[in-house]
Amino acid sequence: MQVIATRPKSLTDLQFTYCPGCLHGVAHRLIAEAIDELEIQDTTTGVAPVGCSVFAYKFFDMDMAEAAHGRAPAVATGIKRARPNMQVFTYQGDGDLAAIGTAEIVHAANRGEHISVFFVNNAIYGMTGGQMAPTTLPEMKTSTSPYGRKTDDVGFPIQVCELLNTLQAPYYIERVSLLSPADILKAKKAVKKALTYNKEGRGFTIVELLSTCPTNWGMTAIDSLKWAKEKMVPYFPIGKLRDRGEE
Amino acid sequence: MIYEIISSGFGGQGALTIGKFLAKAGMKEGKHVSWLPSYGPEMRGGTANVSTVISDKPVASPIVSFPNVLVALNQPSLDKFASSVVKGGFIIANENLCPKIPTFEGVKTISAPLSKIATEIGSEMVLNMLAIGMVIGLTDMIKYETIEADLTAFLEKKNPKLLELNLIAIKKGIDLTK
Amino acid sequence: MAKVLMKGNEAVAEAAIRSGCRLYFAYPITPQSELIEYMSRMLPKVNGTFLQAESEVAAINMVYGAAGAGRRVMTSSSSPGISLKMEGISYIAGANLPAVIVNVQRGGPGLGDIQPAQGDYFQATKGGGHGDYHTIVLAPASVQEFADMASDAFDLADAYRIPVMILSDGMLGQMMEPVEFKEAKTDEEIAKLDNQHKDWCIHPKEEGEAPHHNEINSLEIDPRVLEQHVLDLEKKYKLIESKEIKVEEYNINKDNDMVCVAFGTASRIVRSAVDQLNAEGKNIGLIRPITVWPYPYATIANALHDKVKKVMVFELNLGQMVEDVKLAVNGKVPVGFFGKVGGIVFTPEEIKAKIEENL
Repeated sequence: MQVIATRPKSLTDLQFTYCPGCLHGVAHRLIAEAIDELEIQDTTTGVAPVGCSVFAYKFFDMDMAEAAHGRAPAVATGIKRARPNMQVFTYQGDGDLAAIGTAEIVHAANRGEHISVFFVNNAIYGMTGGQMAPTTLPEMKTSTSPYGRKTDDVGFPIQVCELLNTLQAPYYIERVSLLSPADILKAKKAVKKALTYNKEGRGFTIVELLSTCPTNWGMTAIDSLKWAKEKMVPYFPIGKLRDRGEE
Repeated sequence: MIYEIISSGFGGQGALTIGKFLAKAGMKEGKHVSWLPSYGPEMRGGTANVSTVISDKPVASPIVSFPNVLVALNQPSLDKFASSVVKGGFIIANENLCPKIPTFEGVKTISAPLSKIATEIGSEMVLNMLAIGMVIGLTDMIKYETIEADLTAFLEKKNPKLLELNLIAIKKGIDLTK
Repeated sequence: MAKVLMKGNEAVAEAAIRSGCRLYFAYPITPQSELIEYMSRMLPKVNGTFLQAESEVAAINMVYGAAGAGRRVMTSSSSPGISLKMEGISYIAGANLPAVIVNVQRGGPGLGDIQPAQGDYFQATKGGGHGDYHTIVLAPASVQEFADMASDAFDLADAYRIPVMILSDGMLGQMMEPVEFKEAKTDEEIAKLDNQHKDWCIHPKEEGEAPHHNEINSLEIDPRVLEQHVLDLEKKYKLIESKEIKVEEYNINKDNDMVCVAFGTASRIVRSAVDQLNAEGKNIGLIRPITVWPYPYATIANALHDKVKKVMVFELNLGQMVEDVKLAVNGKVPVGFFGKVGGIVFTPEEIKAKIEENL
């Protein structure tokens, strides 16, 4: 018998606790596969955020830290400086990274901290029940923007990759999506590239993964993919913003 | 013996350094010492002052409320601290910047145009060494040899000219008390 | 090693480096600036990591990361900055991590001022951050003790996997006194220290080592699991309370007319007054808690001999430690208090007058 698909070694046997249709599982798998392929499981460690992926520290099969809300880049900095021979990554959602943790992500990027950041953007706070995120789209309804996000009141969604691209130090910045099998394959390449650069000690790398939240968007999984493609992608364009490795 | 010294002047005049050299010399002579400066915005242009204690016994409070030696490099320092000097104590004042020098019963006040003398010796920077010389001349707080050795170790290679001026200034300070 | 004249802020930094601290993360604030500056000068010389963080919050979370990686790490700040660090300290306590935090206290609340104060006593000894936890709190009273406490703090932090705070103040930070340092740890000794936490910390899998999945974490979503976790923490705190109390008894005897209690720099001023009064024929004792958590309740209780009609507490705050003294005294005699706030430090003369007034 031939095995054509198996669980990546870098994931534990624990079953994911995510909602049906959620793409965190896909994102986890891409990271784990890349770690396996680069054969860096023994030297890699990750920092989990606060948000839906708060239990990521249980799912990745390596030493893991759970950070306070938004502080993953600071915690990763501490780990990387203490264990410079390890590959350190953070896994963060949009509330964690782009609201409460804005200072930490900007300064980790600005220092060119040798870590990889995987930023899952689904335009909403999932774990706390669907509140407005810094990346919530204009007019989008959430449990704390029940009349839609009014940009004259709370401003516009933050484009994190574009923001970080104004800094000198980051080595690699790319936005991908998890919205179709083809997109997932491209996302895999980006994730692997970030971890490759990490392994090679090149500098700060970030991959933003556009994702969905069927539960809190109030949609079926299929509809959420369609909605994200129509609404999110135009605002958060897919593509590589910087790749010093290819310059 | 216990010496409780307040040294005070404008920021940059070297008042803090006076206390530091006295404390360091005291330490080298095996005494217990402490050095507590005023800090913060006060130091930027205002009155910089430092409490120094040199004692045979461990220093309890490093805060000097009633000094037995006051080194006042300017008038505000004199105005602020002169009345708190204990009987039997000394006030060393810089005439150039202290137009009104008060006298107190039982307190010996010695003044000299320290800024002018320092310039004559060759640098305003040695003002603090003049004051240290006067302290040595007036009290048995520390020995000249101790401070000479300390300055020599510190400046001999780095700045021999300044070392020479410093030692001249200390000796001149001692002379001023005779 | 010969004695050197040094500021408290620099002495504690030097002692930390000698104790094997090779990672330091902090944010500038007066009156602890000499500490961060000293670290920025000296850590690179021993291949250590100095990083000026973007905020106090980031600094303490960097400490959390480095401590989670099992290495000796320190941060320092002054009162308002320590408030910002409190969230992180709670996480460090919750995750059973060793770390050293220096607080060079200044006047509060809010921005307050930059002069010496002891207004963070409650924050340091009763929690400060959220949840049921303690940090060991050491209160130095001299530059020498400030320096010695750096190595004690790292040893305690490692032994119990607990955050340890050195609760000093602007006066100790800015003051110079002679200090004699312990021998610096060798690279070999430091490597050994860095290896002592391998059974739980983040580290690469080494040759021959079994694969590991160590979690640095304070989250336990199941109430029964969290309950057990907090009870385990409590067990640790009880053990610390039984073993690590340190206190200085100054002229405590069965003929004391009065017992005074003061900690940190305030205790030095009180000692001056006590010395003067005893020279005049009085018999005043002074108890100086060296650990303010765990607190030396028994020492105070045992000092209440027959002639002691009152216990006087002196602090540079509005009487925060009085609560602990009252717990120790347990109603046996009245507990009086005199303090100064706003960054004003009382004089020996004021203390002497207060003691005489209450005799």
